[in-house]
Amino acid sequence: MSVAIIGVGLHPFGRFGDTSAIDMGAVAIRAALADAGITWPDVQFAFGGSFEVDNPDAVTSRLGLTGIPFMDVYNGCATAASALQLTADAIRSGQFDLGVAVGMDKHAAGAFTSDPVDYAAPPWYGEMGYFLTTKFFAMKINRYMHDHGISAETLARVAAKNYRNGALNPNAFRRTPVSVEDILASRMLNHPLTHYMFCAPDEGAAAVVLCRADQAHRYTSTPVYLRATTLRTRRYGAFEVHASWAAVDQDDAPTVYASRAAYEQAGIGPEDVDVVQLQDTDAGAEVIHLAENGFCADGDQERLVADGATEIDGPLPVNTDGGLIANGEPIGASGLRQVHELVLQLRGQAGDRQVPGSPKVGYAQLYGAPGTAGVSILTT
Amino acid sequence: MASVPFAPDVFTWPADEPQLVGGRCGECGSVTFPQPPSCARCGSTAVERHLLPRRGTLWTFTTQEFLPKEPYASGETPETFRPYGVGLVQLGDEVRVEGRLTTADVARLEFGMEMEVVVVPFRIDADGTEVVTYAFAPVDAGVEGADQAGER
Ligand SMILES: [Zn+2]
Repeated sequence: MSVAIIGVGLHPFGRFGDTSAIDMGAVAIRAALADAGITWPDVQFAFGGSFEVDNPDAVTSRLGLTGIPFMDVYNGCATAASALQLTADAIRSGQFDLGVAVGMDKHAAGAFTSDPVDYAAPPWYGEMGYFLTTKFFAMKINRYMHDHGISAETLARVAAKNYRNGALNPNAFRRTPVSVEDILASRMLNHPLTHYMFCAPDEGAAAVVLCRADQAHRYTSTPVYLRATTLRTRRYGAFEVHASWAAVDQDDAPTVYASRAAYEQAGIGPEDVDVVQLQDTDAGAEVIHLAENGFCADGDQERLVADGATEIDGPLPVNTDGGLIANGEPIGASGLRQVHELVLQLRGQAGDRQVPGSPKVGYAQLYGAPGTAGVSILTT
Repeated sequence: MASVPFAPDVFTWPADEPQLVGGRCGECGSVTFPQPPSCARCGSTAVERHLLPRRGTLWTFTTQEFLPKEPYASGETPETFRPYGVGLVQLGDEVRVEGRLTTADVARLEFGMEMEVVVVPFRIDADGTEVVTYAFAPVDAGVEGADQAGER
């Protein structure tokens, strides 16, 4: 049984005062239902993802207490990809015809905090100043730049592109372009990554309505098909976040495995992809993820970015809605924002940021602590 | 004055030539740091205490230039915070270990440079106890070449 996306909805990302994550989730679901031309009682089941909200199913009290199965998931930065995959799997299995995946979060400003022992790190890991994701991303890109000849200017160009794309996106958190010079000159947080090269935790929600592919035309003339959803955790030898050691015998990052499996599941390759959403926790992560997802060889990013290949009108448009750098990261919603953007792009509804030439294949990747990656592939 | 390691059995102390205390899997030989309750490669619980080589090469590095939130426990405030270096050092051919570096000046750090384990002050507690930690120092500079306050 294959699966189609018939509706997408978003609550803008940013900071929204007293508005609760639950209320943002309700806004996103209502928008997705309207987009699909259905109402809440048509929804047979749902998966809800969040970091801050223990029970995303509380959103049912805003939409109607219809008694449906509503399952809550949390899987780090891959939470939204997990909610999407579980919703799709429930339809693929034949158990349900139509369901909703929703993600919502409302984070305080600043880096995320947790207990390091919950990530299998040593109990002293935070006390001694190691429990910081930004520090890990900086160490990973610093080595990558050394090995593959990537410059700091390339990191700044990536961030500048995402701010520029965010300026075209009415739902984005950061809507002001920032120059390459200002990005390089902003405060160094973790060498070689400056303040403007990082995304920030914020608030927002996104929702997707999925149904059996053979019923999609009841709801829409422009269904988008979910061809692959994969999740992978790290293998021994991967250099990963929140680890006090790494093996000398290196293995690939979990994204590489999730990506290969997704291409296999979809029966297509990276050369077939028309529009890409990558986890840009920082500008360096977008650079590395371009290669880890098969879109270029290690080191080619230096030339690709300089040539504008990853711009909206380039041959390989990446993070067309501004990515995490311009949207911030409400963890539970972030991956469904990526899907929302891909669906608009594949329908030709992305407005000022529409990728030219009627894109037909979209690709989304998430990565997060303690080494989990998710990939989704969508086609018209 | 008493100097106390930040946690027991993470490094040998007191010692003229301190070593990090890792774990070695009795089943598959995988070496990790610190000593874990079971092996990350094969899952065996037969992991033995294993002293790591004192010297290695710098595999990657960064700087921490903002004060980490709790549970960071250096006692510093945003006003007194001193940026610190962090790196991964490959000890022999056994394992890459994450640790603070004795310098936060990236101009003094190079990929592949030789580093060694040193023990440096981390904070002074209210009762005057000096809490110490392991760190990695460039071998040619040694501990004397480090730029952190209170370095010996
Ligand atoms: Zn083992």
